[in-house]
Amino acid sequence: MRERSSKLNERLLYLASPIGLLAVWQLLLMLGFGDRRFIPAPSDIAVRFWELTESGELAWHTAVTLWRVLAGFVIGAVPAVAVGLLMAMFRPARIFFDPLIAALMPIPKVALMPLLLLAFGFGDASKIALVAIAVFFPVIVNTYAGAANIDRIYWDVAKNFGASTYVMFTRVVFFGALPLIFAGLKIALAVSFVVLVAAEFVASKTGIGYLIWNSWELLQVDYMFVGIVVIGILGLISAVAFQEIERKVIPWKAP
Amino acid sequence: MGARPFASARRGEAKGRAPNVIGKCLMQQRRGATIAIAGLRKEFGEGRERVLALDGIDLTIAAGEFCCIVGPSGCGKSTLLRILAGLDHATSGAIDVDAKGWPVANAMVFQESGLFPWMNIEKNVGFGLMTRGVAAVEAGKRVDAALRLVGLTRFRHHYPHQLSGGMRQRGAIARAFVTDPGMLLMDEPFAALDAQNRTILQAELVRIWEETGKTVVYITHSIEEALLLGDRTVVMTAQPGRIKEIIDIPFRHPRNVMELSSTAEFGALKLSIWRILEDEVMRARAEIDG
Ligand SMILES: Nc1ncnc2c1ncn2[C@@H]1O[C@H](COP(=O)(O)OP(=O)(O)OP(=O)(O)O)[C@@H](O)[C@H]1O
Ligand SMILES: [Mg+2]
Repeated sequence: MRERSSKLNERLLYLASPIGLLAVWQLLLMLGFGDRRFIPAPSDIAVRFWELTESGELAWHTAVTLWRVLAGFVIGAVPAVAVGLLMAMFRPARIFFDPLIAALMPIPKVALMPLLLLAFGFGDASKIALVAIAVFFPVIVNTYAGAANIDRIYWDVAKNFGASTYVMFTRVVFFGALPLIFAGLKIALAVSFVVLVAAEFVASKTGIGYLIWNSWELLQVDYMFVGIVVIGILGLISAVAFQEIERKVIPWKAP
Repeated sequence: MGARPFASARRGEAKGRAPNVIGKCLMQQRRGATIAIAGLRKEFGEGRERVLALDGIDLTIAAGEFCCIVGPSGCGKSTLLRILAGLDHATSGAIDVDAKGWPVANAMVFQESGLFPWMNIEKNVGFGLMTRGVAAVEAGKRVDAALRLVGLTRFRHHYPHQLSGGMRQRGAIARAFVTDPGMLLMDEPFAALDAQNRTILQAELVRIWEETGKTVVYITHSIEEALLLGDRTVVMTAQPGRIKEIIDIPFRHPRNVMELSSTAEFGALKLSIWRILEDEVMRARAEIDG
């Protein structure tokens, strides 16, 4: 009982900072700091938010952006985890992939957008590919670090108790690396929103990034903020969802 | 939570030496593996980092023997055990393990439990069965028996971090026993435990060993422990590890661990082994200090 209410308190505290920020923002503008034409108040944004929601436009843009993030995330993360684990288990794999990663990682992924447009065209595929590429690197680096840092005793135990390479891979190395894999996935999720919105600015006629950029070009600052807020909300929801998944999947590390 | 002390649950059955349910499941009328080590040598590293860890080890361990190994820190005890377990290779020399008739040649109990933090106790204990493709029903039965043997049945769904150090160590012992190995390799398994738990686990280990007839190679830094548990005690020299002396331990089985340690004979033997070990410990210390 007590445990439950303290958990509830923690969740409320979690929401306190964004709500507090909005309240301060609204208050400052109502007190006359700032020009509401350029910096709309949360209440103004809320009105626009409602308009766009009613027309169905917002839902459409949001759905498009979410789909691109989700698809790109899965396409990028799954091979990144697999290759990261292989690198930790097999020296040749490590030697093969290491220079590739070192060379490709620092390239700003948004800079690949023109290339991807050439390869995949103007539709969803190019954006999904960009997200996948951006997700791949933080996940592979974290996965490898997680697997390489597994305590030697667990390798010894697995070997002594007859684990095959397959069992080693699926029951030992994967789970041993899981806490760091999750850290990588969290970074990757944030990165994927960043690159996708940037790509949608210029290379799309749909999605939240498009909504933001288009509103800016039309000088509809309040609409622009709706887009920004939606991205913020999506980020918040996905972070909370991730936390819950982490609690379920990594019970041995659960707080 | 109050972990129920390991031994108490079966007191009644154990007294009469009647093989209990668990015993029946694990007990074999076979004799443990035999081990023959000849001219074993192990070097680590190269050039200036070269370390001669083991040199000229000749040791034969009989089937069903409980063999203890003591020696100063860094003399290569763990290395010897790892080589026996197949986790490391000897530089030269021969090892011949005959574990015919046993499903698994050896199982190791590591100094820290080494239970996988991401598996609950049940999964951890069953790990060596899963890897060897033992059918689920059969594996389940054997895991049940092993958990009962070490008194962890109530904690089967707990994760290692939710258990005390002693309970984790019991889990590691169950994991080793459940695979029914011809020899058990134990590397200071109780070193990290408090005195009470250690005494209880020692008694339990002796009982299980007497019932199952497995060969045990048991590393310890405690002479007392070696005398309480073993048939023979191998004393090793400081680095490079050689065998300095092998002492037969005359105490009859079944032993009562608690009573035995208070006899005069026990004290005398302990002192004489300490005399043998003392020089080596001093030598090892002198080397560390430069
Ligand atoms: N992987 C390794 N690489 C290099 N040297 C090693 C390695 N493992 C062990 N050694 C060396 O071999 C020697 C014996 O080590 P070992 O761990 O077997 O000692 P030990 O008798 O088990 O000591 P302790 O009682 O402290 O556990 C030590 O000098 C150690 O430095
Ligand atoms: Mg050691």
